[in-house]
Amino acid sequence: MSAQIRVDLQLIADMVEPGTRALDVGCGDGSLLAYLMNFKRVDARGMELSQAGVNACVANGLSVIQGDADTDLRDYPDNAFDYVILSQTLQATREPRQVLEQMLRVGKHAIVSFPNFAHWQVRLRLVFGGRMPETTSLPYKWYDTPNIHLCSIDDFRALCRTMGVRIERAIVLNNKSRRITLPPLLANLIGEQAVFMLRRA
Amino acid sequence: MLNDLTDAERKALAQCRHAVLGTDRPLRLDCGVDLGPYRVAYQTYGELNADKSNAVLVCHPLTCDQFVADRHPVTGKDGWWESLIGPGKVLDPGRYFIICINVLGHCMGTTGPQARDPATDQPWNLRFPVVTIGDMVRVQAALIDHLGIPDLFCVIGGSMGGMQVLEWAASYPKRVFSAVPIACAAHHSAQNIAFHEVGRQAIMADPEWKGGDYRLHQTNPARGLAVARMTAHITYLSEQALQRKFGRALQDRNALGFGFDADFQVESYLRHQGSTFVDRFDANSYLYITRAMDYFDLAGAHGGVLANAFKGSATRFCLMSFTSDWLFPTRESRAVVHALNAAAANVSFVEVDSDKGHDAFLLDEPEMFRTLSGFLKGAASVRGLGGLS
Repeated sequence: MSAQIRVDLQLIADMVEPGTRALDVGCGDGSLLAYLMNFKRVDARGMELSQAGVNACVANGLSVIQGDADTDLRDYPDNAFDYVILSQTLQATREPRQVLEQMLRVGKHAIVSFPNFAHWQVRLRLVFGGRMPETTSLPYKWYDTPNIHLCSIDDFRALCRTMGVRIERAIVLNNKSRRITLPPLLANLIGEQAVFMLRRA
Repeated sequence: MLNDLTDAERKALAQCRHAVLGTDRPLRLDCGVDLGPYRVAYQTYGELNADKSNAVLVCHPLTCDQFVADRHPVTGKDGWWESLIGPGKVLDPGRYFIICINVLGHCMGTTGPQARDPATDQPWNLRFPVVTIGDMVRVQAALIDHLGIPDLFCVIGGSMGGMQVLEWAASYPKRVFSAVPIACAAHHSAQNIAFHEVGRQAIMADPEWKGGDYRLHQTNPARGLAVARMTAHITYLSEQALQRKFGRALQDRNALGFGFDADFQVESYLRHQGSTFVDRFDANSYLYITRAMDYFDLAGAHGGVLANAFKGSATRFCLMSFTSDWLFPTRESRAVVHALNAAAANVSFVEVDSDKGHDAFLLDEPEMFRTLSGFLKGAASVRGLGGLS
């Protein structure tokens, strides 16, 4: 078990109260799940699209099923978890708004992290380079990216307003994965990724 | 109760343990009949620890039995799940107390249609009550009580064994710490029932079956039972596996025989499967056990909603299916996973990539072993089972 996890995952883990129940949607190799289980005594479950990822997680003793954020959150009852986590996956879902709604139905809190499409490097590359942006947090070619619903931090805030969702916390990271505290307009320019904790209003 | 045993039962009981239960309080079967006393034959491996927390119940599939990890007393073959159970294996008797119970209605020592009805002192044969997966599990629970084990660390099984695991988790959630149903479903599908019906009809069409009273007439419906086995065996393999193993290869000849001998290797293989099966299996038992599987419908027993079967369950589940299993395809396991999610249960689900069909769960499948080992390690650490590396 490793006490070292990716910075954005660490930020998410820090938002989760010890001893609670959490579902990590798109849990990948399960590193956040393992951290939550081992260091915060969280009853942590995972859902992952890739069967190889699922098999690796279960072989490591984690409770993970193969599933799709777009379709399989519907199976869970209301308030089944204290937290439903979606890290770096929202932009790859077919219906991000529905996914958020399901997360907030199934969990008391939703924690979402995503790359900011209004980051200055993205803007520069599109405006002056005239090409689809490729950055550290968006490393794909336009024709093989899984990211079909990219948004900016301000876009996300606007969606939360539209949905009447309360933003409990918002953390913005720069391209060195350092936390930055700036007014929203600048955060949307300097922030490379963001982590939001939400709850039903 | 040890009079009138078949040869196979005598050999089996000489090599395993047994208990006679239901003497004071008979077992009320799902069909409404009270059964008792009845005999339960079982095999154990390893030792129960001081706080009785390391018991693992292995539920056997249709044609296997309690000799899960030692030489079979009738066939002389290795235990049917020795790939999984043994020193240094995923289920190590050095760590776990492993129990495998011959199911009710079977023919390796536990009471079945070949036994005598205590009321008439005549063999039951087809007068034996039709039993269900639920009845089998109630008998197992009675034996677990008899052994003084409050709850099981794990209940694991494939195929019909997986059905028993699901039934255990639904009927005795507090006695099942973790559950591993493999290559199974929460109900038998129309196609599953159809194949079983072909097998049963083959047995009943054999003139030596005699309405189930073949022992009385000193006949043996071996032909019918062999055909039943041959049909079923096809459903245990994938099309790819059959093709890879046999293709159109000929058996001991260079040209077609223009007759009805076993020209093709696949025919010879199936005939062999059929003829060896009849040495270790009883035709009436085959009717009863296949019926029990057909009747299994866990959702039906819970108001038509499978999730109700698992409401409030604290059991840790790990389901597994195999990509080429068409008898119990992945979608059946997924339906169970959906129901467990709807009950907010703790569930893992892995689909193993294999071209070996339904039988894959009995074979050397490293990914299955890896999954199981990880799952059990996780469960054991939550359970506080010591001695685990």
